Amino acid sequence: MVPIGYYLVLSAVLFVIGGVGVLSRRNPLQMFMAVELMWNAVNLSFVAFARQYLDMAGHIFVFLVITVAAAEVAIGLAIIVMVFRKREHVDVDDLSLMKG
Amino acid sequence: MLSTVVFWIAAVLAVAGAIGVVTLRNPVHTALSLVLTMLSLGVLFLLLHAEFLAVVEVLVYAGAVMVLFLFVVTLLMAGVKPPREEHHLRLAYQTLIAGLFGLILFVLVLHSLVGAGWVGTLAGPQGGSFGTIASFGTALFTRYLLPFELTAVVLLVAVIGVVVLGREQE
Amino acid sequence: MQDAIVILLLPALGSLIAAIFGKSIGRKATAYVTVGAMGAAFLWTLSVFWRLLQLPPAQRSFDPVYWQWIHAGALKLQFGLLIDPLSTTFFLIVTFVGFLIHLYSVGYMHDDDNFQRFFSYLNLFALAMLLLVSADNFVFLLVGWGGVGLASYLLIGFWHTRPSAVQAARKALVLNVAGDVGIMLAIFILVTTLGRLNYAGVFSHVSSLSAFQVELIAFLLYLGAAAKSAQFPLHVWLPDAMEGPTPVSALIHAATMVTAGVYLVARAYPIFHAAPVAAEWIAGIGAFTALFAATIAITQNDIKRVIAYSTVSQLGYMFLAVGIGAYAAGIFHLTMHAFFKALLFLAAGSVIHAVSGEQDMRKMGGLKKLLPITYWTMLIGAASNAGVPLFAGFFSKDEILGQALASGHFWLWLVGVVTAFFTALYIFRLIFLTFHGKYRGDGHPHESPKVMTIPLIVLAVGALFGGYLNVPGAWSVFDDWLAPVFARYPGGTIAAASAAPNWGAMALTAVLVLVGIYVAWLFFGRGEVRTELPEGVRGVHKVLYNKYYIDEIGHAALVWTTDHLGIALDLFDRIVMDGIVMGIAALVKAWGEALAPLQDGFLRRYGLAVLIGGVAIVAYLTLVQ
Repeated sequence: MVPIGYYLVLSAVLFVIGGVGVLSRRNPLQMFMAVELMWNAVNLSFVAFARQYLDMAGHIFVFLVITVAAAEVAIGLAIIVMVFRKREHVDVDDLSLMKG
Repeated sequence: MLSTVVFWIAAVLAVAGAIGVVTLRNPVHTALSLVLTMLSLGVLFLLLHAEFLAVVEVLVYAGAVMVLFLFVVTLLMAGVKPPREEHHLRLAYQTLIAGLFGLILFVLVLHSLVGAGWVGTLAGPQGGSFGTIASFGTALFTRYLLPFELTAVVLLVAVIGVVVLGREQE
Repeated sequence: MQDAIVILLLPALGSLIAAIFGKSIGRKATAYVTVGAMGAAFLWTLSVFWRLLQLPPAQRSFDPVYWQWIHAGALKLQFGLLIDPLSTTFFLIVTFVGFLIHLYSVGYMHDDDNFQRFFSYLNLFALAMLLLVSADNFVFLLVGWGGVGLASYLLIGFWHTRPSAVQAARKALVLNVAGDVGIMLAIFILVTTLGRLNYAGVFSHVSSLSAFQVELIAFLLYLGAAAKSAQFPLHVWLPDAMEGPTPVSALIHAATMVTAGVYLVARAYPIFHAAPVAAEWIAGIGAFTALFAATIAITQNDIKRVIAYSTVSQLGYMFLAVGIGAYAAGIFHLTMHAFFKALLFLAAGSVIHAVSGEQDMRKMGGLKKLLPITYWTMLIGAASNAGVPLFAGFFSKDEILGQALASGHFWLWLVGVVTAFFTALYIFRLIFLTFHGKYRGDGHPHESPKVMTIPLIVLAVGALFGGYLNVPGAWSVFDDWLAPVFARYPGGTIAAASAAPNWGAMALTAVLVLVGIYVAWLFFGRGEVRTELPEGVRGVHKVLYNKYYIDEIGHAALVWTTDHLGIALDLFDRIVMDGIVMGIAALVKAWGEALAPLQDGFLRRYGLAVLIGGVAIVAYLTLVQ
């Protein structure tokens, strides 16, 4: 048996790595994958807490997260495809409409 | 004892996959690396008695979602030139700063986890039917029926959104 | 007395009908409606007058209230009419003289394209004037006051295709509104100090005001009165106002509107009695204006301008009277003046009409035979204006001079006496130049139609016999009639008013008047225009002919001052105001520019900002709490 805290620390490690990935990758697809990594890290925490408290609500929540993540991936990928279809570079730094 | 060994192997693989996601250049490699992490997480879910979720993780995430990713990668990256370098100069310290603050965040979380006594605590014994697919189904279709039904709406919206976004622009 | 409002409603209705239906019902019907409205108003006024006469003098005052207008806290404002001998006198003047002038206008304006518009304005004027003299509070006084100013503006500029008429109308309006502001400020002070505006309330509480407040109110009211009644130096608009049709000059700028200032001082006498400094100023400026305008009138060649300066001069007499507290004498002269000055204007109009629009007296002359009715009526008017003994103007002017002397204002009396000499000189110069000698124009003068000569004759009767209402040493019907008005509050009559007439002073004035006429005959009697002036008087003539350069001085002072004030304010605006505004803008801009690099458009930079913020929140939650 491993203490639940280990799972939580692992979850934190994955979450932080995912977050740094989102901020350091320039390819929108890779950024997006890093976001998925963060979702998964959170899911791990939910499952670990569910195990600790023996409460199925954590599982239900993970189920919902996966559903929403699937929807988000579909929409996000559609947007990425639409934005970058006609471009030479697939690079989020080329998107400068938000420049102040 | 076995579960401890399995945990460590899965944990190391998950972190390795995560590092791959963040560092590998080729998007296809990144995707495969993410699949590795997800499979590891599936194993960890099993260790935590989340049988249904472990299956879903592998089927939906490592399967469907990542296939979608790879599909888009092949669609988009074909014939694309490598990124230009001039932006790197302007965002020179981006990765460094992000890593620094990520580390701070990790330390903070670790600090609070240790402070709350989580790290040393073993989970209690598994009680009755916790984590079985039957109990998951019972919870989902009784107490959590409404959120479940709402996910259908979320998915429907996503489908419509994708169709609208994916149309050929005139 | 509730029905007194009908007197106001009649011209209001006439004006509306002429304005809205004038074109469709035609000239003749419009004339019947508007002239009829004035006639009916006069008859109604007679009925009110008759009913007042039936009452004992002390009870001849009514204040019918028609509606509550403003009721805000302590301030109550109502629309009510004050029907007493003073307002009834004005009602009689306005409706009677107004009716005659309306009648005369039917002939005078016969060929004008805008006949209906003219009569609509005339009735509008009558309405405003009646409201002015009958309102029972200062606010509706001001409404009427502004209304007559508006009607005056519209009528001076009636021939709006003439640039000079438009210019004159604008000048009149600007100066009048400057006066309106004075009254408005006086009203503000009354509201803040007394909290009431109806005459009865204000006049019975004058004693609760400080001396400074009363003087200030009096001066502000006088500012309005001086602008409306053409007192020096605000008189400059009145001679220019002669650009309007002659009946307008007769009605508004001689008989009624310009006397509103005299009415205001007489009506508000409790205030002016309590403000001796203001009252002395009023009398002094009045006397000065009288002499000043009379000297200008001697040199003018435009027949209407001579009469206009004469009006200014006579108004000076009236202000002299009300300034020294001889209110009844002032109103008496005002009434007589309404007759003979309206008569003079209408006669001048008849002359102008006869010589097809010519107003320069140097191109007239010898009209005595051609225009007999006009000549004889105008002669009566001139004699009355000059104060020839036994004519109306003699009695009224002499009452003023007598009371000035009796109340100890020797210098004012002297100025008045000297003015009487000049008055006789200029008005008979006008008569001789216009009617005597040979005709110097090139038209075919003809006598005016009956609709114009009948009003002349009626007014001439008034100018001839009106003065017998007050015969010194014998009776004083007119003063007795007004006496209850001035007995209600303290200060209504000067102590010396009842003194025995000063026969010596009267004889002196009469002699001076006759000398003036003789001098006029000596210089102008042959009806010839003198082109060569004697060496000594040439300079004086030039100054007088140019009206003491008041217009030029005013223009220079006002325009130069305004210009430079404008430049200074412009600089202030540019440097200080724009500096503040632009400075704030520049500050915001600089701050924005300093922050703008943060918004570099890089998605990942924004993401980093989110991470940093998130870390900060987590740090706060874990470490601080």
